[in-house]
Amino acid sequence: MHFDFDGNTPLYLQVAEQIEEAILTNGFKSGEQVPSTTEISREFHINPATVLKGMNILVNDEIIEKRRGLGMFVLEGARERITDKRRTQFYDDNIQPLINAARQIGLSEAVLAEMIKRGYADNGTDNQKID
Amino acid sequence: MALIIKKLTKHAGRKMLLHSANLTFEPETIYGLLGRNGAGKSTLLNMIADRIPRSSGEITIDGQSVHENDHVLQRFFLASEDNLYPARERVNNLFKTTKQLYGEFDVDYAEYLAKAFGLNTRTSFGRLSTGYRTIFKDIIALCVPADYIMLDEPVLGLDAGHRELFYRELITTYADRPRTFIIATHLIEEVETILNNVIVINQGRIKLAEPVEALMARSYRLAGPSDAMAMFLPSVKVLSQSSFGHETRAIVTMIGSPALPEGIAKQSLSLQDLFVALTEDSHED
Repeated sequence: MHFDFDGNTPLYLQVAEQIEEAILTNGFKSGEQVPSTTEISREFHINPATVLKGMNILVNDEIIEKRRGLGMFVLEGARERITDKRRTQFYDDNIQPLINAARQIGLSEAVLAEMIKRGYADNGTDNQKID
Repeated sequence: MALIIKKLTKHAGRKMLLHSANLTFEPETIYGLLGRNGAGKSTLLNMIADRIPRSSGEITIDGQSVHENDHVLQRFFLASEDNLYPARERVNNLFKTTKQLYGEFDVDYAEYLAKAFGLNTRTSFGRLSTGYRTIFKDIIALCVPADYIMLDEPVLGLDAGHRELFYRELITTYADRPRTFIIATHLIEEVETILNNVIVINQGRIKLAEPVEALMARSYRLAGPSDAMAMFLPSVKVLSQSSFGHETRAIVTMIGSPALPEGIAKQSLSLQDLFVALTEDSHED
């Protein structure tokens, strides 16, 4: 896990994102236990209330569940739900701003689509090259 | 249960050390008391602990005044820079004495912490280095059964490893048994993520007191064309401002999230940035 403390994203959201990240990269599989609030607090020096707030987001989003007296566990289908969430977020965070930026410099939809295609082509052929 | 401070004032001769402070400390909450050297942090803590007399104002808990009230003062603990410990007494005996004063003092945890920090408990207090004196006082603070624990510069003289250990143990004991900690410090980056609430004090005046999360969510650095900024800035609270060419930059706090005029960009801040903006006008005296 990694936390960036510059304040761009509230810390409780970062806690939620980092646990999601760990689930996505298969650090935690469905049915597995995630670290407790106290463990995360201690390890990263984050107030337990902040960690709990982040965990509660994941409980609400049905990513993890609380088993009384045992701790927090990854739910079945958590990875798929995280992926869906990330795709929606990708659209909001990247596609909309991209369109706005393109408009500012007078790029049409067709030209932008063409550029994306070109980007894929360059990426596909060039990214293995080392010069 | 809350500790309430009303119009608390302290002056020494003509010098104002604390000017009409109003604060509420809730139970089970970690507060950061942030201020530059000489801002009034220790003065405030010493008055709460009834170690120095106040000039005016009141400090109450459950409606009872703390002044000369031993029953209430048992619920406070102040680990301060001034040492109140006899220099020739050994650390392990000081743990015992503390146990006699505070019945529920956690001797086992104190011994565990001494070991973790590498503090030799057979050494006399007077022979401890600056860092180990701080560690000793931190250990006492983490082990006393008080409801309000005040730590005045708890990492003074501690190396990076020991600071790390201190914050870790603070979080651990707080998670085990939530109680109020008031941490006076100027090392803001290290404590930012641990705090629930922040109090900024500058030149004896409380500049702000609120939950860290809410504060950070409404604080920004704005930058934009000077004319647009001049129109917009009167609608927000400006903490600091500077101009460069035709661009004006400002650190502001806003209520809600008002729409920004065309051309003005906003960036988030760290608590440290905000602190610097709030205390820029202070000077050494």
